[in-house]
Amino acid sequence: MFRDADARVLVVVVNLRSPLRNALGSGSAKEGTSHWWAQRVTAAALIILGAWFLLALSHSTALDYDAVNEWIGRPWNSVVLLLLGLTLAYHSSLGIQVVIEDYVHGSFLKVVSLILNKFFHAVIAMAAVFAVLKISFGAA
Amino acid sequence: MSNSGRPLSPHLSVYRWPISMTLSILHRMTGVALTAGLVVYVAWLMAAAGDAAAYQQFVELMQTPFGRIAIVGWSFTFFFHLFNGIRHLFADTGRGFEKSQASTSAWAVVVCSVMLTLVYWWLS
Repeated sequence: MFRDADARVLVVVVNLRSPLRNALGSGSAKEGTSHWWAQRVTAAALIILGAWFLLALSHSTALDYDAVNEWIGRPWNSVVLLLLGLTLAYHSSLGIQVVIEDYVHGSFLKVVSLILNKFFHAVIAMAAVFAVLKISFGAA
Repeated sequence: MSNSGRPLSPHLSVYRWPISMTLSILHRMTGVALTAGLVVYVAWLMAAAGDAAAYQQFVELMQTPFGRIAIVGWSFTFFFHLFNGIRHLFADTGRGFEKSQASTSAWAVVVCSVMLTLVYWWLS
């Protein structure tokens, strides 16, 4: 008796999951693997951008105000620095988000921390963009 | 107790901590440390976007012993996270999961990040 009923329930549950649901693979958070994938793509971008930045930094012996402003203000340097700042902020926000999700317990504290993480990285990204644009447009 | 010869769960008393576990934890720790470094990076950009006096203040702060140690520390942290990140991207393709491979690549990451930190500061 019981076994028959269980089997019937199981059949209904299986039928409720449409093939589309499995194909989309978005899961309960409706995000699918987008967080994971974004972390990998930004990581790949940062291999190139990070290497560029460290190479550029090691080549420039002068790090005084005028030299640094002149260097940041060069058009291609500005473009790559903008990409670097935005990609760093995005990658960092994704990483810190996972750390918060793993170690901060209690839904209130967790949600507050996750929002503060977003705010913090929004400020970082905006400041990185603003500083480069101000120097670049001021230098022209 | 069963004596069927099946593998048993790890005995903690004879369990040897694998290097890949240390690196997994360090990857997260260096990531958090690099976020702190990101704040200093943006502070550097903002100081350069400000006036010369503000920039000079920033440079002097970074030239204190604490500032120097922090910057050298962040360079190692960066190299470590970079190399171990590449190791993770490689692992994402489903390769290098054998115990010996994982340990070898882990030690390679440690050696490479120490070497590159030394080379970087020796060159600059």
